[in-house]
Amino acid sequence: MADMRLRTMEKAGGPFLNHRRKVLLIIIGGIVILAGLCLWGLLMDPSRYAPNYGARLLAPSFAHPFGTDNLGRDMFYRTICGLSTSIQIGLLSALVSSIIALILGSLSAVFGGKLDTVIGFLVDLCMGVPHLILLILISIAVGGGAAGVIIGVAVTHWPSLTRVIRAEVMQVRSAQYVQVARKLGMSNWHIAAKHIVPHVFPQYLVGLILLFPHAILHEAAITFLGYGLPLDTPAVGIILAEAMRHLAGGMWWLAFFPGIALLCMTQLFDVVGDYLKILIDPHSARQ
Amino acid sequence: MAILEVKHVDFRYGSGPWILKDISFSVEEGERVAILGPSGYGKSTLAKVIAGYLKPAGGEILWEGKPLPATGFCPIQLIYQHPEKALNPRWKMKDSLEEAGVPSEEVLTEMGIQEKWYQRWPNELSGGELQRFCVARVLKPETRLLICDEMTTMLDAINQAHIWNFVLAYAKKHNMTLLAITHNRYLANQVATRILRIPELNHVEVDQSSL
Amino acid sequence: MENEVLLEVQHLSVGFESYNARVEKVFFNAITDLNLTVRKGEIVAIVGSSGSGKSLLAHAVMNILPDNARTGGKMYYKGELLTPEVMNRLRGRQIAFIPQSVAFLDPLMQVGDQVVGTLGEKARALQQKAFEHFGLKQSVAQLYPFQLSGGMARRVLLSTSYVAETEMIIADEPTPGLDLKIAIEALKDFRVQADQGKGVILITHDIDLALHVADKIAIFYDGRVVETADTQTFRGDGQGLKHPYSRALFNALPQNGFNLQRCPKCGATCATWNVDEEGMRCGCGDS
Repeated sequence: MADMRLRTMEKAGGPFLNHRRKVLLIIIGGIVILAGLCLWGLLMDPSRYAPNYGARLLAPSFAHPFGTDNLGRDMFYRTICGLSTSIQIGLLSALVSSIIALILGSLSAVFGGKLDTVIGFLVDLCMGVPHLILLILISIAVGGGAAGVIIGVAVTHWPSLTRVIRAEVMQVRSAQYVQVARKLGMSNWHIAAKHIVPHVFPQYLVGLILLFPHAILHEAAITFLGYGLPLDTPAVGIILAEAMRHLAGGMWWLAFFPGIALLCMTQLFDVVGDYLKILIDPHSARQ
Repeated sequence: MAILEVKHVDFRYGSGPWILKDISFSVEEGERVAILGPSGYGKSTLAKVIAGYLKPAGGEILWEGKPLPATGFCPIQLIYQHPEKALNPRWKMKDSLEEAGVPSEEVLTEMGIQEKWYQRWPNELSGGELQRFCVARVLKPETRLLICDEMTTMLDAINQAHIWNFVLAYAKKHNMTLLAITHNRYLANQVATRILRIPELNHVEVDQSSL
Repeated sequence: MENEVLLEVQHLSVGFESYNARVEKVFFNAITDLNLTVRKGEIVAIVGSSGSGKSLLAHAVMNILPDNARTGGKMYYKGELLTPEVMNRLRGRQIAFIPQSVAFLDPLMQVGDQVVGTLGEKARALQQKAFEHFGLKQSVAQLYPFQLSGGMARRVLLSTSYVAETEMIIADEPTPGLDLKIAIEALKDFRVQADQGKGVILITHDIDLALHVADKIAIFYDGRVVETADTQTFRGDGQGLKHPYSRALFNALPQNGFNLQRCPKCGATCATWNVDEEGMRCGCGDS
């Protein structure tokens, strides 16, 4: 019987670049671009965007694709550096946020009862307060600066992922095969490591990647408002805040290119996360 | 002495309607008992309560005169109606089969489990093949009572006969007690030494319109 | 003299394109070569194990297969070739489909309106008559699917075929988990409708039920109907049955003593049988 089923299951042929391969390529492409951006900024020579008073407020040209600012700094390299900083901060804070979510979500699902109620209350509390206000409060409370931004973003982005993880853990814990394993005398450790983690991990990964764009935008937002990174760091939020002062003078490029670049990058994270979700979703096997 | 005693067991989910009410019966060692009746009378719930998956709201279940041990390999094992739900879809068949140790050669041969199935995923085998794995992994000396909850309802008659023939032979040879839960009276007659009817066992009002 | 042929299915195949665990597209055949004839006034039961793909026959006839399905073969309804366009015209008017579960109902629509469907207000009276016929209170018409118990849902689904003045009914596992006696009672209505000249296809995994209700039984195995036989042939030791698989299946029933054939060579009972048009062979001869 099984043989027949397998015998009738054959390679379907069709173009090499089928839907699934395309999705995989997009994901890999997205990750390569983002990682490249991050490394480029990290390894860049700061003299690239050092002040050059001989070239102040130049409109975009081949020498300066994004133009220069009032101190004669090259906006292209400054933007790249700013995006790189954003990715690093996003990575760190999304990672911390997702670990908080993983721990709270699992505790909530495994122990249930009062603990579940308390964690549920914390989730609601955190989601109920406007994000930006909470972020500003936390980053000021811990002393501002880069540490303030990272901590602020990290401890405000866990609630929705906590809910996802709680639901996934609860679902797999009540699955028949997990209950059978328990009756076969398997330890909690074995069940967690062999059944629960492999089930939850893909969901966690997607959640983590989808946290990035939020973290990055919020980092840019509080930096723009002046509560975040020190003014001398090349960060997109600071670039945009400075550009505000020159916009009325017709220096549109100061805000336009960095803004577009930030938007594109967050969109790219969204695309990678969404496509990864499609790839691990069993229903997508049909498309 | 009765090996299993079910004493005045009640059950409901949370504060929902009663599903089981005042169920009492006992099973002797080596007996083959069938619980027979249509759906809607809580047969599957009763199976889960006896096997220790669910805690009764009232009454008690005694195994050799004592409550069932909470950890370790359970002497009461339960086979479900849907084998595909009882196997981790992310595991290859061999890993599921050997989760609690390798089954004996006798079981593997007689169940007709083929080695070429070992490296397959659950969705690549038929229901009958999957159910053989589920039965084989619990047929161990430590299993003293096997509860078969509509074990072969989803299978064709040939697979049904194959699995039951072996389970019956195994139970006789190893003095394993059987509790078969089914809606099929022919099946109950064929496998059991004693038949209990769930409508007489369960003292709960069943809404006839829901049947 | 046999009655007029209502539905004729010739060499139907249904397969699915899907993806395997990696990124390769595979093709999986669920129905390979299925032939079936349904005449006016008869109930034909298609019997096969759960999950073997026999529901797909109904979905193929009704033209409600998912997008990734590929079909082959021909179907005729009263001599007319059943194309998707013809089917969309006949569906619900000439051919009624009773699906397996309440999941096929629209969760946001009152069930009374769903039973009436697209037939307009003239069907309202018929719907009321149908509910009365199946012992449902008229107030049930105002309920939504989630408010129905399993038994009520089943009777609502049965009502859909009663309302449309159809000539053919395809019922997919209409009595799951029911006691044989109650199931036979529930399907008495099919007999009445068949005696009025309708054709009925009953898809079920329960051969006992088919033996009690149907006129003809089609044994479905591995994507094919291995044999269609009159219900009277299924008696004694099944010697009237042509195909060895149908004989083996019949003899394996609990009321026939769980009898299984053994392969004379290797002694296996059924683990390795391969079934084709001519017969069934033990897999031990293959290697």
